[in-house]
Amino acid sequence: MTRRTLAVISAGLSQPSSTRLLADQLAEATRDELVRRGAEVELRVVDLREYAHDVVNNLLTGFAPAALREVLDSVTGADGIIAVTPIFSASYNGLFKSFFDVLDAESLIDRPVLIAATGGTARHSLALEHAVRPMFSYLRAVVVPTAVFAAPEDWSGGTADGALRGRIRRAAGELADQIDRRLPATGPADPFALTTDFLQMLGRDDVPVTPGRTGAPPAPGSARAGSPPG
Amino acid sequence: MQFGVFTVGDVTVDPTTGREPSEHERIKAMVAIALKAEEVGLDVFATGEHHNPPFVPSSPTTMLGHIAARTERLLLSTATTLITTNDPVKIAEDYAMLQHLADGRVDLMMGRGNTGPVYPWFGKDIRAGIPLAIENYDLLRRLWREDVVDWKGKYRTPLQSFTSTPRPLDGVPPFVWHGSIRSPEIAEQAAYYGDGFFANHIFWPKEHTQRMIELYRQRYAHYGHGSADQAIVGLGGQVFMRRNSQDAVREFRPYFDNAPVYGHGPSLEEFTRETPLTVGSPQQVIDRTLSFRDYVGDYQRQLFLMDHAGLPLKTVLEQLDLLGEEVVPVLRKEFAALRPAHVPEAPTHASLLAAAGGAKDSTVHAVDDVTGKAPEVAR
Repeated sequence: MTRRTLAVISAGLSQPSSTRLLADQLAEATRDELVRRGAEVELRVVDLREYAHDVVNNLLTGFAPAALREVLDSVTGADGIIAVTPIFSASYNGLFKSFFDVLDAESLIDRPVLIAATGGTARHSLALEHAVRPMFSYLRAVVVPTAVFAAPEDWSGGTADGALRGRIRRAAGELADQIDRRLPATGPADPFALTTDFLQMLGRDDVPVTPGRTGAPPAPGSARAGSPPG
Repeated sequence: MQFGVFTVGDVTVDPTTGREPSEHERIKAMVAIALKAEEVGLDVFATGEHHNPPFVPSSPTTMLGHIAARTERLLLSTATTLITTNDPVKIAEDYAMLQHLADGRVDLMMGRGNTGPVYPWFGKDIRAGIPLAIENYDLLRRLWREDVVDWKGKYRTPLQSFTSTPRPLDGVPPFVWHGSIRSPEIAEQAAYYGDGFFANHIFWPKEHTQRMIELYRQRYAHYGHGSADQAIVGLGGQVFMRRNSQDAVREFRPYFDNAPVYGHGPSLEEFTRETPLTVGSPQQVIDRTLSFRDYVGDYQRQLFLMDHAGLPLKTVLEQLDLLGEEVVPVLRKEFAALRPAHVPEAPTHASLLAAAGGAKDSTVHAVDDVTGKAPEVAR
């Protein structure tokens, strides 16, 4: 059975939060779809509110405090991402954006993402297409065609099982399809991994590494580091 | 093991008084700090290099030359020399000159510089930071090791029959460290040449340092300079001390809270937990510094940042007294007792000279362009 991890990010600020509620429903629906495809699914739910100070500290100091580091790694190492934000002033909220700002810009390339949002009125719904989708396009993530917006009326008794439920199922199916067609994620990339060797960097990758040639290091056991050749 | 201080040379408002020193005052304070470092028995003084306010040290060899004339023992270094935006020819000349004036008490630390706008002021582009560091340093090494250099590269005008003067003192170029926070390419560069690697260490979680040093050591062995634990490692550190640790915390907090780099961000407590910053008693500084060895292995140089964030000179000099009198003597003893015999000390002019088989006059004498004869010279 293939093991899949799903990072579920909610940028909702109030508690309880309708953004978190939408995130949970999307997560369950996607999990069900993946399980139906034969996968074993681990959900990693992140309420960004809990890391708000860490995110700002990361912006200021350039590094993530340990707790945030763990979250960032769990997101960049997931098979798929569900990203849900409340719409503030015609866009994602600042916390949502700041979180993706501190992620390494290349860490979400080709990663399946489902975007969703909540707002005080359905008139905010296209912010998903004008703001949230372009951000993930910039990060070269693969955003599924259905973006899910939940307006206040979507939560009311008359519609909760109707249109919203249908959009959630469609989006979850699309995300599960994207995840399913990829190999399982191998975890976050190692930022300290050396991907080249020195002669390549020097533009002399045609020259074999033979200690003793001009400019090359001294042979083992010879004079200590830094001594001049010959 | 070598102990010393490194300074960024920032002009920063003292947040407790609102007073901002003048450039002149700051420059003189840096010199006073260097002299104090020698007085209290430290080994190294290293200055940063910057070309934009609020920093003063744009001309490191001028400052280090002056300090050389006023000290006897102190090793003069940089933290860092901008290998990207400086012309490697000028670095070769300036630091060879400094080497002669300081009778060999000189080494350098190469760094790239992370301020984007500085690069175009010097005709460069920050996006080429790593390739610049690689090409420029390779040329710098040749300029110090070959009397006549023919060279062509991507980032500077070609050289034909160029001799960098003065030649390095006794024919031995200064030892070089490479500093980087998280670019594995620079650890690779240091390892390739068998140069030292210096991890800034401060402002970052120790995991960064650990990973970079691990890579450097492994590649140092790969390139055949010795075993991984013989690689030449330096670390930064940042401390503020008072005899009573509560006094240290109380006094340092406003400087921390308003400091460039981390000010207005994490709390002092969070930052001391996440990074090597230590604010407390001399004993706490000793314990924390000894713990660095647990994740980088035996290392050769420890530099402390003591004078930033607007701390007044008087306070900095008091800090140096504590460092020199109470902290470093203990650290010397403890680190020495832990270090296996096959792990070397950091190279110095004397050790490089011994390894090269003694001093030689490396003067390159001009040849008469009509007769082709060199003048009689004193040998």
